[in-house]
Amino acid sequence: MSDSNQPLLEVKNLRVAIEGKEILRGVDLVINPGEIHAVMGRNGSGKSTMAYVLMGHPHYEVLEGSVLYKGQDLLELDTDERARLGMFLAFQYPMAIPGVTVAKFLHSALKAHSESGEVAVRDFRTSLKGAMELLGVDSTFANRYVNDGFSGGEKKRLEILQMFMLEPGLCVLDETDSGLDIDALKTVAEGVNAMRSEDRSMLMITHYQRLLNYVTPDVVHVMMDGRIVRTGGIELAETLEERGYEWLEEEMFAAAEGNEGVSAKA
Amino acid sequence: MAPEIESDRAELDINDDYKYGFHDPEKAVFKSQKGINHELLDQMSDMKDEPDWMRQFRHDSLNTFLAKPMPRWGNVDLLNSIDFDDIYYYLKPVEEQGRTWDDVPEDIKNTFDKLGIPEAERKFLAGVSAQYESEVVYHSLQEELEKQGVVFLSMDDGLKQHEDLVKKHWATVIPPADNKFAALNSAVWSGGSFVYVPPGIEVAIPLQAYFRINAENMGQFERTLLIADEGSRVHYIEGCTAPTYVSDSLHSAVVELVALPGSHLRYTTIQNWSKNVYNLVTKRAIAHENATVEWVDGNLGSKLTMKFPCVYLVGEGAHGEILSIAFANEGQHQDAGAKMIHAAPKTTSRITSKSISKGGGRASYRGMVKVYPGAVGSKVHVECDALLMGEDSRSDTYPTMEIAEDRVQVEHEARVSKIGDEQLFYLMSRGLSEEEALVMVVNGFIEPFVKELPMEYAVELNRLIQLEMEGSVG
Repeated sequence: MSDSNQPLLEVKNLRVAIEGKEILRGVDLVINPGEIHAVMGRNGSGKSTMAYVLMGHPHYEVLEGSVLYKGQDLLELDTDERARLGMFLAFQYPMAIPGVTVAKFLHSALKAHSESGEVAVRDFRTSLKGAMELLGVDSTFANRYVNDGFSGGEKKRLEILQMFMLEPGLCVLDETDSGLDIDALKTVAEGVNAMRSEDRSMLMITHYQRLLNYVTPDVVHVMMDGRIVRTGGIELAETLEERGYEWLEEEMFAAAEGNEGVSAKA
Repeated sequence: MAPEIESDRAELDINDDYKYGFHDPEKAVFKSQKGINHELLDQMSDMKDEPDWMRQFRHDSLNTFLAKPMPRWGNVDLLNSIDFDDIYYYLKPVEEQGRTWDDVPEDIKNTFDKLGIPEAERKFLAGVSAQYESEVVYHSLQEELEKQGVVFLSMDDGLKQHEDLVKKHWATVIPPADNKFAALNSAVWSGGSFVYVPPGIEVAIPLQAYFRINAENMGQFERTLLIADEGSRVHYIEGCTAPTYVSDSLHSAVVELVALPGSHLRYTTIQNWSKNVYNLVTKRAIAHENATVEWVDGNLGSKLTMKFPCVYLVGEGAHGEILSIAFANEGQHQDAGAKMIHAAPKTTSRITSKSISKGGGRASYRGMVKVYPGAVGSKVHVECDALLMGEDSRSDTYPTMEIAEDRVQVEHEARVSKIGDEQLFYLMSRGLSEEEALVMVVNGFIEPFVKELPMEYAVELNRLIQLEMEGSVG
């Protein structure tokens, strides 16, 4: 389908605005098949915007740049087309769909993903049961209405359950670790780890290092003010955990001043 | 324990148009002149060989109809556009009612085949009545129920075979003077069902009546009387469709339910008239001591529906339940609602009304809850949910509460919502198209209604919703 050197996701100079305000100010990002990336940053740095834009949220306006998934231009596609291509977003705030059971919802989603449009009920039940057991999700989940009256932890578990069932090529996890107790966090981490494979990549957006204690990323990015300002390995996350974001901000500030100084002299 | 996973009830099957809009050639054995007058009533009474009291009842009712002004509330413009002189009031399609489907003329049999009635009868119904134009053309009841004394007949046959019982309850729940359309029905009624369930008998699976209008400019005025004797239990279902014509048809039924002490009566309607039918129906029940009456009322089709099922809770401990949905699409006004009258102590009621307005359609909830002095310890719960789709769609709520007793518990909730972009984005991020996502949200919205239906009807309703939702993505 794609040659082995082709990145799974390639974001170039992505500039995005919402209600006229520019949030992403030139993001570059390359994710190769099988890699796990973490994007860290403070609230308001543009992390969640990036997640939404990758999935095609209608409220965001792309000003400039490109996003290729397996070499295909994602920005041309509607949200559902991106999903069927293999993109998945685990939401920070999953929406409730009253009256629609988790089972019905998942079955419909799987049917939408299948080439024939059909998924036999029997096969579906078997795989759902298996997934729920593996993720330690209570069996009553299947007949509850999607996210309706769910606790924060239950919502995140359901996101992971969906991700597990849909077997996406790129999983974007938007602050999936926020607001979770340690047990829920472990469930999420186990789910993510169980899904690691050579041809599946993950983009974990997180505020803290917490999730990274359980899921070790290959690459860590730091986002600040709508740009990826630093990229490194797991040690970058550890440094942020120890020292917070201030040192990086100070470094950035100093560098910017330095640049100004240089340009003033020239 | 293994999880019970609910599978899809409705398979997605998209059709282009109103599926029941076809019509057969007319082969009536008798068709009245257009318009209504006393001679027509005599003609009908003669043909039906009715007792004198019924003949007189028709004539009195016509006088009431002529004397009563059109309602001055509701969709007055549409109501006033009805031309009562341009309607055929009586159309007799066959000479004799069939006892087997083979007795029914080929055309008509085919129509009911297309509507799936014989199949449903074989699969899951205890009895079936099929009305075509003004008369019931086919009728059946399981032998075992017949032996237990259960009566399920066309209203005309009910009058012939159980005159005393009919006379005792006739028009006691809805007198002709109740409203103009009840008076009209009382004058020209024909067909409908008569059901009597003897004390203590439980009819485990539903009885169904199906109403079909075929001719253009037709008026269908069926009359239904259901009596659940003490401690009995019965579930009656009605469905209705009509062809799509340029000119309008009128359907104006009267349905009276009598729930005697300790009985349980459920009446389910899936109304799916074509969008040129005025559907102006009076439905009311009386619930005696510890009886339960449930109206499960689904309104999809029609041009204008005005229907407010009602329960008079007249015996201590009686319980009334009205669960309704209305789907108003382009060019439709669903003026639906519910009435609960608490006239005895410890009576309880619950009204759940859900409406969907789409593509400029208009759905109104019109409700009345009345608690009389002395109805001590009664409980009322009213819940109205409206879902609006599209900029020019409309939803109105006209709730009236008259509570004349202090020692009661009354709850009322009303919500209007729109399908949010965030909800759609969430569903689409799982691979559903925008239309699939909309259908899913709407089906979820009406799920509390759908889950009260027998499986086969739930499937059909989900499919109908799917059809209504087509083209909702611009």
